[in-house]
Amino acid sequence: MSQPMVRSEQVCKNFGALRVLKGISLSVEPGEVMCLVGPSGSGKSTFLRCINHLEQVTAGRLWVDGELVGYSERGGKLHEMPAKDAARQRRDIGMVFQKFNLFPHLTALENISEAPIRVKKQKKATATTRARELLEQVGLSDKAKAYPAQLSGGQQQRVAIARALAMDPKLMLFDEPTSALDPELVGEVLDVMKQLASGGMTMIVVTHEMGFAREVADELVFMDGGVVVESGKPRELLANPQHERTKAFLSKVL
Amino acid sequence: MTVSHPGTGSEAGTGPEPGTGPGAAGNAPELIQAVPLRRPGRWIAAAVVILLLFLFLYGAATNSAYDWSTYGHYLFDQRVSKAAMVSLSLTVLAMFGGIVLGVVLAVMRLSPNPILRWVSFGWLWLFRGTPVYVQLVFWGLLAAIYKHIDLGIPFVHQFVHINTADLFTAYWLAVLGLALNESAYMAEIVRAGLTSVDEGQDEAARALGMSWGQTMRRIVLPQAMRVIIPPTGNELISMLKTTSLVTAIPLTTELYSRTRDLSVETFNPIPMLLVASTWYLFFTSVLMVGQFYLERYFARGASRKMSGRQLQALAEAQSTGNQKGLV
Repeated sequence: MSQPMVRSEQVCKNFGALRVLKGISLSVEPGEVMCLVGPSGSGKSTFLRCINHLEQVTAGRLWVDGELVGYSERGGKLHEMPAKDAARQRRDIGMVFQKFNLFPHLTALENISEAPIRVKKQKKATATTRARELLEQVGLSDKAKAYPAQLSGGQQQRVAIARALAMDPKLMLFDEPTSALDPELVGEVLDVMKQLASGGMTMIVVTHEMGFAREVADELVFMDGGVVVESGKPRELLANPQHERTKAFLSKVL
Repeated sequence: MTVSHPGTGSEAGTGPEPGTGPGAAGNAPELIQAVPLRRPGRWIAAAVVILLLFLFLYGAATNSAYDWSTYGHYLFDQRVSKAAMVSLSLTVLAMFGGIVLGVVLAVMRLSPNPILRWVSFGWLWLFRGTPVYVQLVFWGLLAAIYKHIDLGIPFVHQFVHINTADLFTAYWLAVLGLALNESAYMAEIVRAGLTSVDEGQDEAARALGMSWGQTMRRIVLPQAMRVIIPPTGNELISMLKTTSLVTAIPLTTELYSRTRDLSVETFNPIPMLLVASTWYLFFTSVLMVGQFYLERYFARGASRKMSGRQLQALAEAQSTGNQKGLV
């Protein structure tokens, strides 16, 4: 068995005196799709942000593809990682945000090709060709020259997914990718994500879309108050939640 | 209640053929050709303004104090145009220095490094807190305060020994004095621009593995420019006029000092003031045109309004789509 893509052991995150994550332990195998659900403020997004070191873990250990995130271990001590090394780790982890965060001064195509050109030092022509392929993959080949402000929310989020994919990530993180969308636009984004999942991408998805979780996720994790309350196969967990807090939450969202 | 669907027709048989979509000829309603609203207020305002302008121009033309023949004689005098170029070059050099230093100071001010933050703040406090005229007098006295500059190991050994008076001419002291003063103001303008960019932009760039420098140069600064340019245009125009203060150094080859000196020849300062004002206005106008184009460049993607070319492309796509529907 290969090593897990993500392994988290007792991960804690404090913001000053506020304890947001109180010991998260889980692992995600390569090719697996994990959905994180739970009430707002439960720490799902914070945990996701810890995985690519947008937040620094306060306690516990977190590995991505066998490599410790955000720290290096030398002589039994953890050393803070220089910004350059953190950037190198993030390069292989795609992230999709709730608010898309597309670069508004760049066209859809430039949004996708920017990081491959600057970070991976690809030739402009190579990166542009690849960006066009990705736009086609998310069904937006006719929007290459549009600026983000000229796209609908669903289209923006699909460009954002293409932008993350352009770096050929080994892991994709989705932070509530459909929460800012009009209801009729949710489907087009979920379709792209399903297509990714069936292509074998390792994905961790924070979501409120229980239908998506049921259909696509290999593992469903319910978080509340900074801990994992329970986890399991989505169909079983949704049909037969064991914990009171899970039952209370599911009764509200299903 | 009745609802009619465009393209389907309300009566079977008489409606357009199936397949003609919305926008097909014969089905679309006629474009509105309304009579424009009358706006008498505009005509009255225009008449008042034209009258006042005429009275002012008539007065100016007939008032001998303006001495227009002297004005015409000196407007393109070589001594004046050379002085104007000195003012312009002072402006450009001082502004360039001010912007570069200002960006550095703004970045320092936002840096996680507390030493850099405090150095930046101290600089700002000093150069923004004292009048530029006083600063220029100080720079003029530089050679008197520091007679020579030594480069080397302090108190131990000096490799280079320079006389300050040889190093800086009055012109370069003026550039230095204006640039350092300007850097304090530019730092605040740049800082305002940088903080106006949404935090998510920085996160998205970092999540893609971009370094801090790449994120600044490629993502944050281009967006900050929209906020930075208008007040910087203000500063640039303000700088052009502030160059008239370098007489404090003293540097008297710039536009205002030179025209004032020339008024000794003419025994009438008024036409020379008009000459100087004309040159200042000419440069300001050119700079404003430059600002217009810069703003337009950095407004890319800021509005969801489409450019004429984009609208044209969409309209073409729409009409070809309809034609396909007709076939």
